[in-house]
Amino acid sequence: MLLRPTDTREPLVATIAGIPMTTWRLTALGIGLVVLAVIPFVMKNFYIFQITLAIIYAIAILGLNLLTGFNGQFSLGHSAFYAVGAYTAAIMMDRCDIGYVWTLPAAAIVCFVFGFLFGLPALRLEGVYLALATFALAIAIPQMLKSSLVEHWTGGVQGITIIKPDAPFGLPLNSDQWLYAFTVIVAVAMYVCAGNLVRSRTGRALIAIRDHPIAASAMGIDVALYKSLTFGVSALYTGVAGALGAIAISFVAPDSFTFTLAVALFVGLVVGGVGSIPGTLVGGFFVLFVPNIAESVSKGLAGAVYGVILLLVIYLMPTGAAGLVRLISSRLVQQGRTGG
Amino acid sequence: MELFAHQILAGLATGGIYACMALAVVMIYQAIDHLNFAQGEMAMFSTFIAWQLIQWGFPYWVAFGATIVISFAAGVVIERVVLRPVHDAPVLSHVVAFIALLAILNSAAGFIWDYTIKSFPSPFGGGAFLGQGLMSKHDAGMIGMTLAMLVLLYLFFRHTRIGLAMRAAAANPESARLAGIRVGWMTALGWGMAAAIGSVAGMLIAPVVFLEPNMMLSILLYGFAGAVVGGLTSPGGAVVGGFSVGIIENLAGTYIPVVGREMKLSIALCIIIAVLCVKPSGLFGRPVVTRV
Repeated sequence: MLLRPTDTREPLVATIAGIPMTTWRLTALGIGLVVLAVIPFVMKNFYIFQITLAIIYAIAILGLNLLTGFNGQFSLGHSAFYAVGAYTAAIMMDRCDIGYVWTLPAAAIVCFVFGFLFGLPALRLEGVYLALATFALAIAIPQMLKSSLVEHWTGGVQGITIIKPDAPFGLPLNSDQWLYAFTVIVAVAMYVCAGNLVRSRTGRALIAIRDHPIAASAMGIDVALYKSLTFGVSALYTGVAGALGAIAISFVAPDSFTFTLAVALFVGLVVGGVGSIPGTLVGGFFVLFVPNIAESVSKGLAGAVYGVILLLVIYLMPTGAAGLVRLISSRLVQQGRTGG
Repeated sequence: MELFAHQILAGLATGGIYACMALAVVMIYQAIDHLNFAQGEMAMFSTFIAWQLIQWGFPYWVAFGATIVISFAAGVVIERVVLRPVHDAPVLSHVVAFIALLAILNSAAGFIWDYTIKSFPSPFGGGAFLGQGLMSKHDAGMIGMTLAMLVLLYLFFRHTRIGLAMRAAAANPESARLAGIRVGWMTALGWGMAAAIGSVAGMLIAPVVFLEPNMMLSILLYGFAGAVVGGLTSPGGAVVGGFSVGIIENLAGTYIPVVGREMKLSIALCIIIAVLCVKPSGLFGRPVVTRV
């Protein structure tokens, strides 16, 4: 759509049932926030805990999405960054007696640096080769955490048990409710930041690199720097999720961060929709709840049921939940002028 | 020096396993252009079929042949039923389909044959071939079979019309279609062949690692590693890569003190990343050149 200066008419606005798309989006956002605020007061503690975990996974998937969806770099090793974040939080709380709130920025910084440094050699690798390199990282991390060199800090195979925090300032919340609230606050902040990031100048640079690296560098984008930075930011998100996860579960052990976790994050990314920020929430809930649903269908064949559900999801929405929403809204949408 | 030679031999023996798997990985990469994460589980399932046939009293080689035929057919069916419908979906969705396939096959094998460890017979016997316990007759037979498969594949791709058609379909689907090659069926054929090679790999590996539903997970990792080191476009490179991963793993475990047994895998993978940083398309792979 081109608007010339002489065109004095109202701009074209996409509407569904006469209501502009932006209103629909804001309404959906508002409903989402209200639901999030109501959950801790109407649900049992166990479900609150599960939803907390789902949101934590969603943050981790958001990190992966920044890397894959917006920068076009493939990773099967995000469980490693999750593990580093979780261990940073656990070691700080257990060995140094530092308050849990302060572990999040620390985990963020540690993971950013780790991700940035890992991103430097990974620059030379593309596609399957990058997948293999990150995959190697995911395989290596549990073994490294168990290694005798760092056992003093990581607690070896046994891992570290930490204490679940209670609500501060005498708020009338139990620890599950407080953790939920804390996670939601962190998550909202992280989502707002991610949204702003991808809409900024930097975000456009990332997307340009994804779509056409050569053209991007011809436009003056420092491809190597931005790719490594994206790795860092992506690791930061996943690391903060890891720290939150450690606080919520109040336990870390090497075998919680195996390749299975990396695969779970990846599945969440694709199911939610690659390159969609709200989609990561769908991904987080899918990763947490669908394996449980599969188990309740059949204990012996839980894996097979999970696989079939996964296949059906891919058949029905090959571009993820975000792609499905986009498809439906593009069917419903009408182009019209508001001013008439 | 003697220790060094022993470690190389032992590395070759384990490397034979990885080379088998790497060959299957490269085969399917040639046919469909990405890594198949369900490859290991497909091989495992085939091996269970062979085990079942042997349990029913068929002689080893009959079961061997029948398993290859069944696996080939199953590979074609999987492509037609599971992957055909998502043909136009983005690549990442394909990877999720592979993960789904992996979960289904793993869980189904556990359900049908349960998770107890089963021993699988070797056609070559279990005695020592070279030295004491360094390389058994089975290891030597396995290496021989891998090399034989490699030669057969080379002949197939270089000197048969259908091999040429398969290469054309993978290299440039549109042009191949215009030249009258049925690209869809070539992909299905590639799946069938990959499943058949995987089943041979599984049947050769099973006497060493024993048969159970999770037997292939770590082997597949090494297979990928071997394939990538050798170069994903080169079956010969995959075999060399598989052997070198086996040797590197053994040498690292012996000579680097911190590594020991439990860190072997990490070190092997680090070395692989180092190789890739120097030569990103693998040792024998063609560098990918795209027109802008």
